[in-house]
Amino acid sequence: MYQGIRIAGFGGQGVVSAGILLAQAGVEGKKNASWLPSYGPEMRGGTANCSVVISDGEVYTPIVAAPDTVIVMNEPSLPKFEPLIKKGGLLIINSSLINSRPTRTDIKSVCVPCNEIAEKIGMDRIATLVAIGAFCRLTGAVQVESVVHAMKKVYKRAKPEMLELNKKALEAGFEAVK
Amino acid sequence: MTEKTLRKGNEALAEGAIRAGCRFFAGYPITPQNEVPEYMSAHMADAGGAFVQAESEVAAINMVYGAASTGTRSMTSSSSPGISLKQEGITYLASADLPCLIVNVMRGGPGLGSISGAQGDYFQATRGGGNGDYHIIVLAPNSVEELGNFPKLAFELAEKYRMPCMILADGILGQMMESMSFNFDPIDPNQLGKFDWAVDINKNGRKKNNVFSYKGDNLIADVVERAKRYGYIEKTEPRFEARQTEDCDVLLVAYGLSSRACMEAVVKGREEGLKVGLFRPITLWPFPSEALRNAAKNAKAVVCVEQSLGQLVQDVKLALNGAKPVYLNAYPAGGQPDGGTILPAVKSALNGGTEGLFDLQRHAEGFSYECKRDTSLGIQGDWKGGK
Repeated sequence: MYQGIRIAGFGGQGVVSAGILLAQAGVEGKKNASWLPSYGPEMRGGTANCSVVISDGEVYTPIVAAPDTVIVMNEPSLPKFEPLIKKGGLLIINSSLINSRPTRTDIKSVCVPCNEIAEKIGMDRIATLVAIGAFCRLTGAVQVESVVHAMKKVYKRAKPEMLELNKKALEAGFEAVK
Repeated sequence: MTEKTLRKGNEALAEGAIRAGCRFFAGYPITPQNEVPEYMSAHMADAGGAFVQAESEVAAINMVYGAASTGTRSMTSSSSPGISLKQEGITYLASADLPCLIVNVMRGGPGLGSISGAQGDYFQATRGGGNGDYHIIVLAPNSVEELGNFPKLAFELAEKYRMPCMILADGILGQMMESMSFNFDPIDPNQLGKFDWAVDINKNGRKKNNVFSYKGDNLIADVVERAKRYGYIEKTEPRFEARQTEDCDVLLVAYGLSSRACMEAVVKGREEGLKVGLFRPITLWPFPSEALRNAAKNAKAVVCVEQSLGQLVQDVKLALNGAKPVYLNAYPAGGQPDGGTILPAVKSALNGGTEGLFDLQRHAEGFSYECKRDTSLGIQGDWKGGK
């Protein structure tokens, strides 16, 4: 298993932090993992993205130029990242905030209304975790339990009730893509 | 061995240095290495050491000069343009035979360049960026794990040979997070013996020590004597990693981050039936020339993959001395290789093609240049200008 992932969205949606969570979840699952933020000039335009690799073997370059999976959380990220995906790869779209639809037919596209699901749970801010839950089910690269374990290490100062909400968001995302 | 944890490259390096007994850090902020001084500022005092945010890069390296004179494990870190500023201090440290650690988290250049990861400072690191006949030992990590574990090796080599040692990383290695573990227990520098050359409190009535960079009339003898150490280091200290080199038709040579893209090219290439191998110098000076000759023995061609415009390739050509054709797959000024961009170069090297191979003369074909001056724009020196 070698999964190269790009997660993209607005600054503030937590896409960079969700990437760290995924990488930590990979480590929890006894896999090798890397994470790389976009720290260059492109991140000053209001959108943020990060690269994550999860691998049973070694991680090659941490720059994911041709991702196996892309998660897009906002409208401008879709046209930017859809063309990069490997043939046969996966595209997870936050349909709550993205009205456009993908144009490629050689990839699998899945729409998840992340913000609506998150609002139902009680907090709009955790929409990106809904997408991570969907990612867990669709790829099997990491287990939801690994992400839950990872949260305790990545969000060290989070209150227990906040962790509980995050867990609910993960599970709701997992269920949304049955 | 401790459990693997997810760490950022720059933080692993800083923690690794403190664990290795570093008790003096001076630096000046610059992207993409800012997490190093940030981490030091938070943790160095707890370790009983001193952290100084200096007023400039030049001040920082000279503070290291002073601290190293006392035998304290001392370091500074910066990124490419900042390392250029430190060169005067580095040549003085080399002249004064002082051990220290200098970290360069490289970014795009020349000049201010960019904050992308790059490998354009190979010449500066391996040829001596300052004036005079000197070398520094240069270690090139390619993972967060090596970033964390190399400071110990760097201090040990620097102290063994009384010379500065550099860790040459790049912006991506510094910024990335990866699972890693430290392969050594924290060192308490208060348990280490003193050096007989160090300038410190002279309690026991030993002879008076002086640290000089100025050698006066003894300069020639001093430089020639020091060169014996350099020859010994070239013979005994080269470090490298060779992968699937025994049967390879094409040998890739790369260090640092580029070598990770090459690992992918080795795996993907072999899936396609191409016999690709990888040679990774871990010490850039001393360059592992003999090991490279052995690794290239059965290869039909050698391809150098570097994030610069033909620097590492010069050492590869010197080592192989015409025995094999050597080609260049280059990604200058912040460009990034991956397996998919390296394989076309491998194929070209085998079948005489040009795709993916950089050649300066071919690059300049059909190009001409002339110096243009235009008197209608005014006359140089007539600063009043206009009418």
